[in-house]
Amino acid sequence: MAGLTVNTNLLRRILVGFVRDEVYKVGVRKGVLGLSGGIDSALVAYIAAEALGPENVYAYCMPYRTSNPESEAHARLVAESLGINFKVIEITPMIDAYFNITTDADNMRRGNKMARERMTILYDHSAAVGGLVLGTSNKTELLLGYGTLHGDMASALNPIGDIYKSQVWELSEAMGVPREVIEKKPSADLWAGQTDEQELGFTYREADELLYRMVDQRMSREELISAGFDAQFIDNVARKVQGSHFKRRLPIIAKVSNRTIDRDFRYARDWGK
Amino acid sequence: MDFTVALAQIKPKLGCLDDNMALAEAAIEKGIAAGADLVVFPELALTGYFLKDLVPEVALSLDSPQIQRLKKLSERISIAIGFVEVSSDFRFFNSAVYLEAGEIRHVHRKVYLPTYGLFDEQRYMARGERFRAFDTRFGRVGMLICEDMWHLSAPYILAMDGAMTLICLSSSPGRGVSESEGLGSAAAWQKLTSTSAMFLNCRVFYCNRVGYEDGINFWGGSEAISPSGEVTDRGALLEEDFVLARVDGGALRRERIFSPMMRDENLAITVKELKRIDKEKDC
Repeated sequence: MAGLTVNTNLLRRILVGFVRDEVYKVGVRKGVLGLSGGIDSALVAYIAAEALGPENVYAYCMPYRTSNPESEAHARLVAESLGINFKVIEITPMIDAYFNITTDADNMRRGNKMARERMTILYDHSAAVGGLVLGTSNKTELLLGYGTLHGDMASALNPIGDIYKSQVWELSEAMGVPREVIEKKPSADLWAGQTDEQELGFTYREADELLYRMVDQRMSREELISAGFDAQFIDNVARKVQGSHFKRRLPIIAKVSNRTIDRDFRYARDWGK
Repeated sequence: MDFTVALAQIKPKLGCLDDNMALAEAAIEKGIAAGADLVVFPELALTGYFLKDLVPEVALSLDSPQIQRLKKLSERISIAIGFVEVSSDFRFFNSAVYLEAGEIRHVHRKVYLPTYGLFDEQRYMARGERFRAFDTRFGRVGMLICEDMWHLSAPYILAMDGAMTLICLSSSPGRGVSESEGLGSAAAWQKLTSTSAMFLNCRVFYCNRVGYEDGINFWGGSEAISPSGEVTDRGALLEEDFVLARVDGGALRRERIFSPMMRDENLAITVKELKRIDKEKDC
């Protein structure tokens, strides 16, 4: 199905320009990101290196003891091929310390804690080096809510949040992200053998074809069905999008004054920049 | 007459009047130095675009020191520039002013304030109520601000009011990355400016800004278009530029001889039918 394919030259220019412009505007020159070994953060590293210069990009790989060693190897491979700053910071001691006092946590809680632990480290390092935290969540994940609020979903700016996973693959090819990173199965790497698509119950490709028509083209349920999508799949995805909407919004504020932040008191973030 | 127009494809800073005045003055000086006769700026060149609650804070009255300074500069070059105008009764308009020979020749207040998609203009600004052509040393001119151009009636009215040059000041956000070469929004605009020029036998000067505001990009691509609809000059995509376009004065006369659509246009029929439609819509 057509529609998701993009002109990668143009997309690359816009995203590189975005990172440069929005980082410089704040008065800094550096970007900080978590490099997991997966394709999304690899692509952001490529964009950031082109925008800011590799010497101004600081990448951190933050494995837990159960993380797949291949992830760290891939993160290193990306960092080395770009010549960006790279450091491995193990999160095992802090995660284990916490779950020693809170022993009943299931996989989801453990995964969320790890994602948030990593983000606190990134924000700390953003202060240390004087840079901004670059987000690495793509549009598919953001729409499905497949991420941790205040964890991997947090960032100062996100260059890939408006492009679907399929487009991440396409742009990564064009920008020269290493083959092994592009070709491996997407995984949050929370436990051995985990893959995103297995956990979600559908492939990113399938989700993207549907989301693009549902969100970007605003096709109705009837139109989606006649385009060949399974009704149950449509409802499942629609429920995920709706159910995770709170993750895409700022916390809500109880309104009592005449001019409430964000509701009436409205300024662009780039106010005065 | 032949003349040179400069399209100042600048990157304003959001809500920073002083910085943007400095940008504008530098571009004006550059135009003068390059021998341009007219310099055109984007929509809201003095303020930036996604102003929201900043609108009242960056608004200028027509007798503000900034407009006085531009007036003075217009003794050396004609200027079309966008800003937020505050009226004496405290309405705020998305306006464009045309200055020439030390005077304000015309102020156009944007009529069509978009509120769909990423746009929210009418929440913050009042709507202009007229399209009027006006006389300049380059003949009769009409000004449009961005969305105005998307309403066929607007350039039509200006052309029927005698405009032979349409100046469109724009802050068009880039969107619609697809398989094709350019941006969706850029491709649509290019069709629009060229078609309007061709239908109305008018030259079109389109000036669009660049830069990012809250992650939204403005794509530039400013254009000078001849009355046959042909693009004679085009600015860079997504980066600052200063386009100098030599305008062949005779091209307009020749085009109007070759395809006298404006001569044959029947204003009486248009008015009659529009009145009928208006009346029938009321029923």
